[in-house]
Amino acid sequence: MTSPARIRLWGMVRKESLQILRDPSSISIAFVLPVVLLFLFGYGVSLDARHIPLGIVIEQPDTATQSLAGAFERSEFFILSKFNAIQPAQRAMDEHKIDAIIWLKNDFSTRILAGNESPMGVLINGVDSNQANITRGYIQGTWLAWLNLYAASHGQALPLPVILQQRVWFNPALSSRLFLVPGLIAIIMTLIGSLLTAMVVAREWERGTMEALMVTPLHKAEILAGKLIPYFVLGMGGMLFSVALAVWQFDVPLRGSFWLLLLSSALFMLVALAIGLLISIVAKNQFVAGQVAIIVTFLPAFILSGFLFDIHSMPGWVQAITHIVPARYFVAILKTLFLAGDVWPVVLTNMGALLIMLLLFTTLVWRKFHKRLE
Amino acid sequence: MADAVLTFSDITKTFRNRRQSVPALEGISFAIQRGHVVGLIGPDGAGKTTLMRLIAGLLLPDTGAIRVLGIDALTEPLAVQSSIGYMPQRFGLYEDLSVQENLDLYADLQGLAISERSARYAELMHMTGLSPFKERLAGRLSGGMKQKLGLACTLVRSPQLLLLDEPTVGVDPVSRRELWEIIYQQVQSAGMSVLISTAYLDEAERCDEVLLLHQGKLLEQGAPANFSHSVAGRTFQVTAQGQGHRGLQKQLSRAPGVLDALIEGEAVRLVMDKPEPPTAAVLLPELPNVYITAVPPRFEDAFVARLKTRRTGEDTALSMTLNVAGDARDEVIRVNKLQRRFGDFIAVNNVSFTVRRGEIFGLLGANGAGKSTTFRMLCGLLPVSSGELAVAGYDLRRAAAAARGRIGYMAQKFSLYGNLSVLQNLRFFSSAYGLQGKQQNDRLNWALSTFELHDFRDINAGDLPLGFKQRLSFATALMHEPEILFLDEPTSGVDPLARREFWARTNDLSEAGVTVLVTTHFMEEANYCDRLVIMAEGEVLAAGTPLAMKNRARTEENPDPTMEDAFIQLIEQAQQKAEVAA
Repeated sequence: MTSPARIRLWGMVRKESLQILRDPSSISIAFVLPVVLLFLFGYGVSLDARHIPLGIVIEQPDTATQSLAGAFERSEFFILSKFNAIQPAQRAMDEHKIDAIIWLKNDFSTRILAGNESPMGVLINGVDSNQANITRGYIQGTWLAWLNLYAASHGQALPLPVILQQRVWFNPALSSRLFLVPGLIAIIMTLIGSLLTAMVVAREWERGTMEALMVTPLHKAEILAGKLIPYFVLGMGGMLFSVALAVWQFDVPLRGSFWLLLLSSALFMLVALAIGLLISIVAKNQFVAGQVAIIVTFLPAFILSGFLFDIHSMPGWVQAITHIVPARYFVAILKTLFLAGDVWPVVLTNMGALLIMLLLFTTLVWRKFHKRLE
Repeated sequence: MADAVLTFSDITKTFRNRRQSVPALEGISFAIQRGHVVGLIGPDGAGKTTLMRLIAGLLLPDTGAIRVLGIDALTEPLAVQSSIGYMPQRFGLYEDLSVQENLDLYADLQGLAISERSARYAELMHMTGLSPFKERLAGRLSGGMKQKLGLACTLVRSPQLLLLDEPTVGVDPVSRRELWEIIYQQVQSAGMSVLISTAYLDEAERCDEVLLLHQGKLLEQGAPANFSHSVAGRTFQVTAQGQGHRGLQKQLSRAPGVLDALIEGEAVRLVMDKPEPPTAAVLLPELPNVYITAVPPRFEDAFVARLKTRRTGEDTALSMTLNVAGDARDEVIRVNKLQRRFGDFIAVNNVSFTVRRGEIFGLLGANGAGKSTTFRMLCGLLPVSSGELAVAGYDLRRAAAAARGRIGYMAQKFSLYGNLSVLQNLRFFSSAYGLQGKQQNDRLNWALSTFELHDFRDINAGDLPLGFKQRLSFATALMHEPEILFLDEPTSGVDPLARREFWARTNDLSEAGVTVLVTTHFMEEANYCDRLVIMAEGEVLAAGTPLAMKNRARTEENPDPTMEDAFIQLIEQAQQKAEVAA
């Protein structure tokens, strides 16, 4: 690189950096938005079933029913309300006061030790099927644990052929925060890389500054690099900031290598920037660029990346679409590095996919961007 | 042509979109010599900006060759860009960067060696008078200062060829004069060649050479004096006792043999089709005491004569049939100590004036003088911070829709629906004012014929040429026959011919009894007004008739001052006062 070229590039980078520093919206997208999103998803949104309102109907109170009710009451998963007949409990369910009912009929204590017939009924509000499944699991678990104890205290072996021993890997506490927070980093970097970049380049078109830039001796590569470098730094800054918050504020473990995390983030950042540039080349005003960036980058990163919704439970054709969402690969890398560690096959495959996307989008940017007005 | 810095050989450029192809330039050939200042003039849409962009390598021609400083602009645009300076119409200043930072950026981009910078900066800052504002953000500079900074950025590495695309549009006369001084300084000290496009014909007169473009064709190239020669013996000044200049102009513009009739103070300036002195009997058979004197030709006369002969068969005379009632001499607009603040910035301060029925009242001033803000308050679009105003007896902020129905407003920016046709726009705006049925159809026909829009009725408003867009805006503002008309910068960016046409219509309206309030940054347009105020930095500097304004500037050295001279003098007086006060 000759010296004038370096001066030109440095001039672009410095100008862009000054503009970022003076524009409150850039800074807030890079640093305030991550905080808001992290706190919202870290504390506000939880996919875990906790404090499920549960009704228990005890038609004939005795020591066995008392002991079972106690087991549910002690569990952190439930908030228990007691009824003495099924009708008021059903009414409570209709009024959304409770999400599930455990119905202990008056012969519960005699049937329980007979072991051949189901001693109780369970009704679960199935509107939210995901939540209903989780609730059923918790009820089953609490019930089996209680039954074990109860049988032992009565000197009887539990009349069950198989006992389920559960062990949850990677996220033993089943805390959704642990997988939401790493995924959020992908969302934040998409915002900075694509949305912010698309808007600032479109702004140059809108304000007529692009025409003045184009007639300077700036080479096409210098214009592009001058735009990429500051936003790359900004995006990586936002990423490091989010990682620090994740690890120290939300106690998300970082089990994999930090350097691998940095490398894969840099790769993803470049993909996001290339998409942002491509959008701004096609859409030359801020409003359109912003809308396009949200629809083609932010929303897919949110919905189709596996950040919030499991890709494997999507219909086949939607799963196919997720393959063109770069955030999908990065979310997979993030979740692996944070929760599982350096699982090389996973990390390398996904990085490979990102690399292909990077080549694709930079080629498109290179071919679409001209130092001409048409 | 050994020493040509720029040559065009048979350049053709056509813009194509899905529906149509629009020829922008056809068979253009010319050469510009080193060290010359060349003016590029022509009506809107003549292809001036396209020509500039072709030189700068921002567009590629369909056919032909362009050589800039001996470099082929088609194959080596980067080399061209490294040796020229180009200031686009909207120069790319970064408003969130300071003056110094903008300069640094362009010094970096133009590859100015670090060692040369401090000397060059000092020179540019001195020339532009921007030294005290180095740390100020470019967005907070006045319009004139922004243009000067833009020019400084373009000149940072003394280019061999300087391209300026309408650098003085909307700039106040003082800054305009300073911009020209800078340009000439560069030509003399650095041997720079300049190509400058402009809408001000007095600027074209200052060039060594002029290129006249019209509808994509190069009509003429030559020294401005040669242009003026073509109308030698054809220019006259006419006055008539007992006849107002406006009525006089109207009669004269229809008289036989008259190409152009322009109000100039109390007199009317004529350009005739033949170099023969006209007689009062032919021009104004019904008037006694008509005085006709021959005057030396100006560049503008030649420009208009040249283009008017090309626009044959276009009769701009029109019949305004407006039903306006009310006594003349009523004060229909009263403004008293009007103030408008935006945060701690005072956009309009202590503005007072009155307008009588049927008057054409002008608000003159550069961009940012507070004209549009005053207008918006009058129209009830913006609340006042303090002071009083009444339009037709109402404060339009609080007035009922009925009161609003009595005014018409033509916004500065084209505010019609670009993707609706001419007819659909007219229909929509007339129904917005409650017109329907036969009444609406009558008005639609009136608008289409009065503004000669019949041929364009089904074309989308966004695809119209600029002059026609302006006509359409004007027509929509008149659909409901308002008695008071607000025209905000109606002639901004419009070429001299379309401006003449516009003022002819406005004169007719005024004669029909419509009160017209108009803002403009073209100083000479003050001549069309009955009375006016001159505004600068939110305040009224002077108020009165155009003649009274010019009388103030009349001196021994300058016995026949223009409105621009008067304006510059007012500004200088105001600055002196401010300095004395400080």
